Amino acid sequence: MDSLSRRRFLRISAATIGATAAAGGLAGHLAGRGTGEAAAPSGLQKIPTFCDICFWKCGAIAYVQDGRLWKIEGNPDDPLSRGRLCPRGTGGVGAHVDEDRLKAPLIRRRQRGEDVWAQVTWDEALSHIAGKMQAIKARYGPEAVALFSHGLGGTFLKHTLKAYGSPNIAAPSFAQCRGPRDVGFHLTFGEEVGSPERTDIRNSRCLVLIGSHLGENMHNTQVQEFAEAVGNGARVIVVDPRFSVAASKAAHYLPIKPGTDLALVLAWMHVLVTEGLYDKDYVAQHGFGFEAFAAELAPYTPEWAYPETGIDPAVIRETAREMARCRPATLVHPGRHATWYGDDTQRARAIALLNALLGSWGRKGGFYTPVSMDIPGYPYPPYPKSEKGKVDNPGARYPFALETITTGIREATITGKPYPIKGWMTYATNLMTALPNEPETITAIQALDLLVVVDVIPTEMAGWADVVLPESTYLERYDDLNPELFREPFVALRQPVVPSPHDQKPNWWIARELAKKLGLESYYPWKTIEEYLDYRLTKAGLSFAELKQKGIIHGPKQPVFFDEGVAPVFPTASGKIEFYSTTLGDRGFDPVPTFTRPAEPPAGMFRLLFGRAPVHSFGRTQSNPLLNEMMDENEVWLNADVAARLGLTDGGYVRLTNQDGVVSNRVKLKATQRIRPDCVYMVHGFGHTAVRLRRTVGRGASDAQLITRYTTDPLMGGTGMNVNFVAVEAEA
Amino acid sequence: MARYGMAIDTRLCVGCMDCVVACKTENRVPEGFNRDWIAYEAVGRFPTLHMEIRSERCNHCDNPPCVTCCPTGASHVDDLGRIVLVAHEACIGCKACLASCPYDARFVHPDGYADKCTFCAHRVTDGLDPSCVAVCPTHCFTFGDLDDPNSAITKALESRTAHPLLPAAGTRPRIFYLD
Amino acid sequence: MTPELFITRHNDLIDPFVHVWSWQIPIYLFLGGWVAGMMIITGYFMLGGRHTRRSPLLSALPGVGLVLLSLGMLALFLDLEHKRYVWRLYTTLQWTSPMSWGSWILLLVYPVLVLTWMVRPPVILEDLSQTIERVSRALQANRRIVRVIGIASMIIGAALGVYTGVLLSSLGARPLWNSGALGVLFLASGVSAAAAFAHLVTRSPDERALTVRIDNVVLASELGILTLFLLGLLAGSAPQVEAAGLFLGGPYTAPFWVFVVGLGIVVPLFIQILAARHLIQHTPIAPIMVMAGGLALRWVIVSAGQFSHWAHGAMRMH
Repeated sequence: MDSLSRRRFLRISAATIGATAAAGGLAGHLAGRGTGEAAAPSGLQKIPTFCDICFWKCGAIAYVQDGRLWKIEGNPDDPLSRGRLCPRGTGGVGAHVDEDRLKAPLIRRRQRGEDVWAQVTWDEALSHIAGKMQAIKARYGPEAVALFSHGLGGTFLKHTLKAYGSPNIAAPSFAQCRGPRDVGFHLTFGEEVGSPERTDIRNSRCLVLIGSHLGENMHNTQVQEFAEAVGNGARVIVVDPRFSVAASKAAHYLPIKPGTDLALVLAWMHVLVTEGLYDKDYVAQHGFGFEAFAAELAPYTPEWAYPETGIDPAVIRETAREMARCRPATLVHPGRHATWYGDDTQRARAIALLNALLGSWGRKGGFYTPVSMDIPGYPYPPYPKSEKGKVDNPGARYPFALETITTGIREATITGKPYPIKGWMTYATNLMTALPNEPETITAIQALDLLVVVDVIPTEMAGWADVVLPESTYLERYDDLNPELFREPFVALRQPVVPSPHDQKPNWWIARELAKKLGLESYYPWKTIEEYLDYRLTKAGLSFAELKQKGIIHGPKQPVFFDEGVAPVFPTASGKIEFYSTTLGDRGFDPVPTFTRPAEPPAGMFRLLFGRAPVHSFGRTQSNPLLNEMMDENEVWLNADVAARLGLTDGGYVRLTNQDGVVSNRVKLKATQRIRPDCVYMVHGFGHTAVRLRRTVGRGASDAQLITRYTTDPLMGGTGMNVNFVAVEAEA
Repeated sequence: MARYGMAIDTRLCVGCMDCVVACKTENRVPEGFNRDWIAYEAVGRFPTLHMEIRSERCNHCDNPPCVTCCPTGASHVDDLGRIVLVAHEACIGCKACLASCPYDARFVHPDGYADKCTFCAHRVTDGLDPSCVAVCPTHCFTFGDLDDPNSAITKALESRTAHPLLPAAGTRPRIFYLD
Repeated sequence: MTPELFITRHNDLIDPFVHVWSWQIPIYLFLGGWVAGMMIITGYFMLGGRHTRRSPLLSALPGVGLVLLSLGMLALFLDLEHKRYVWRLYTTLQWTSPMSWGSWILLLVYPVLVLTWMVRPPVILEDLSQTIERVSRALQANRRIVRVIGIASMIIGAALGVYTGVLLSSLGARPLWNSGALGVLFLASGVSAAAAFAHLVTRSPDERALTVRIDNVVLASELGILTLFLLGLLAGSAPQVEAAGLFLGGPYTAPFWVFVVGLGIVVPLFIQILAARHLIQHTPIAPIMVMAGGLALRWVIVSAGQFSHWAHGAMRMH
């Protein structure tokens, strides 16, 4: 076995980073192409697939010139991208040529987290993992291995884990992102918002964005429709402590005090109800508990909301009336990343209720009912039943959680209760920066017998692993089919456009080979991935050959709005829109949302807010050379007047220290008028400490590192992360 | 002869940099260099602010100082839509054109010649839009013949107010930002 | 209210401000101006019939010119980014490009310098070659031809001295350069450097006295031209007023007033006036300061000019 460089993978101790000496056997694996390729084809090929830089799955067409990837454009036939990719998808070429990518399987040779690795064969790596998993199963049961997976590529790994017998499969996108929003809407309408969001932005005549920064948050269809709506003269209302790009397009910009959005929504609803501006017919026809709800709203006048939010009562009234004027084509956007303050489910429910008052659910310009094509699954043997059940939410202490709670698994790993978790596998998620309070994640990891990380790049999480498995990028692999849940039914195919440059493998291969080593071949009856895909498509009456050639096959159009024939069904306790939720009341929660005032920042400190840049996805694109060139570091936004008072200069470097004494990496200061004086803002995903991400290590600062406090939502276990405060000082 | 220009709708542009990335891959622009870029210009005092976001590039001016100053004729106005182009093998790399451009739109390519946005002449010849125009998710670009009374760009400029950049510099730029 | 302007572009040599020309160009401008001045002085001497007797300057200056111009052109060549194609300059004349004009003028300068050198070559050359001796005798005997050579030397010299200033002033994107005074300024500076050099090296007291007077007149004129240059900018458009501000409180104020004006013109002028009136001995310090001042002028103008720009407001690059 060859040893890789001795340079530290990440800074765990204060030891300095030494120079490296690549061992002799490295040269062959670092240089050169993958094994067993045919000669490169000549001429220009255009191969359809769909993108994986974020999770929107936009249809794309890769242009390959003489066997080399030239550029990627949108697939004009794709309803999500409509022929145009976002900057990250356009920059997908960089993911393929990224020199910092993982290249071969690695097994750690020393203490977990130290940077000494052995490069091994796939057979050795998978045998090692299978051996450990069988040992854990024998001693603790198969439930003791958990899978954290994000994205479509996790499908086959989930299949293997379920076949192995573990029910503990989670995505951080629930408890650390969309969860509160989906639960809040589920409690109100009986259905989640979903992804892609079921928002009919392009037909909205009034669009309300609460913290949502479309245009910087670059979910393709959302931004395209946002521009369409703006172009059609839609009235945009933006509520944000920061003057975002969306705010610059708004007819009304409300510079709200962070943490007080719920108060504003309550006051808006108060205006609509007391002035009789809500959709009375819609509410009468579809609503339950309206009178009780209206009574609860009585104290929430605009005058009450003013000192809480900082928004002038006249503005609250004016904007409420604007929303009413444009209804039912008024869309109060549910947002996406909703884990802010710990009362986020109730805030999302309030937004749902506001939409319900405006009658936008199920109506054009509001929310449509998503549809999809029916593609039968592959027939597998049934999965083993688990006696113990899931570990993340014992006793259903978070009674309304709709999905597995990642931080619940983490907690069980640390405490060993309700039962021990001894193995983690992660797919395409960097838990070190996705989960709040990094020290807790490290504590959990130290309790594990096995940590397997499957990823494309050597992230901080990979640095803590026992085994690192390099996956091919989306451009180099097949994946499961995507029969998207959207405005119109279609199915999309992801297929390789170029070969993997080194020893990377696709997720389906990894999952299947691991299953074989675990004695679970019966769960993988298909011999090739093409056989699997062909089977499912044929069962749906579709042609695999046609899908390979076109990338997308459309299904027959279906109605998506009530007035197109969709039945107004609300799978709630009352069967109607729950203005007053007895489900919540019975459990001791507020049946109608109430407002909790957020804590004030300690003296001299600012609330830490974070968000997105259009050229990056979370922390997974900073090493992509094209996207890194677009933005190679983040900045901390601080109000210009405050900066002047503190003697800090725009463009100078500062450090942030949070309330628990954690000090950030040096980060550039953006002294700007575009933010309130009481908070600071950073784009998430920078400040990497994984030294093998050579292009980006040490650039910018990590917001995740500073998020050591979080507030757990009692309804569904979401982790509110906007509850940290920082002081800003010039770097020494 | 056609006279190509662009109208860019600042109401719609969100400054996502898709145009920058697309240009990079389409034209194989070397690492570290930009043929186009985004300008964010914010005015006011919080919270009463106004911001204009612009995708900028060479303006393919009607009075291009980069063409008048070129000692070899490498920098020239092409017959194709009067696009301003550089003939690489005639360029000596004297950089007068870099100094002559008030928009700072040119740079020196690592291979030695002066380089800049070409309005994707290689695509325009085939009847395609420049790649920045084709990729933009907000559809804020209109590209076309300014001398054609029926073109989309002429209609756009007739129906909305617009401003070019640095009009007092006397370059008569052909990119207009719709207000 | 000053806008916040943030652009994502970061091009080498362009951002955060244009700096495409560093040391090569000011060196060339200085050497070119110096040679231009020498051509004008030698032409003037020939028109005055000084070639009919021994003249240290007529024997030295053209030869020095040939060397300096070659060094200058080498500096220009080193500045090019696409050197293999330099010959393209000589496949065309671009009427609108002062640089194109200049490349042809430079070509003409060589034969003119050789001709002027042949009028009164140094004794060493005459000893070396019979042909040179025969040519020089023939020229010296023919006043008419020497007049023509002298006029050519003055005209080509003036063109050489002026065109570089015209070149910079044609780049309107750099508002500091956008002044008609620049061409005349560079010409005057070139003549004064040449006169200072002449006054420094000649062994003839008569030539020394003449060239120091020429230098003083030209130095005084330079002060006048600089004044007109600044006044013109201050009366111009906003970018030009802002450009003038670079010398009037801005970042280039000290180098301009101390090195270009003070040590480069005023102090040596004062010394040379005293020397011309025989109140003090001729000293090499003054002409050396004049020449250093000429180099400083080019350096400051080229550097400050690239810094000046049209965009306003707080500008921050990515």
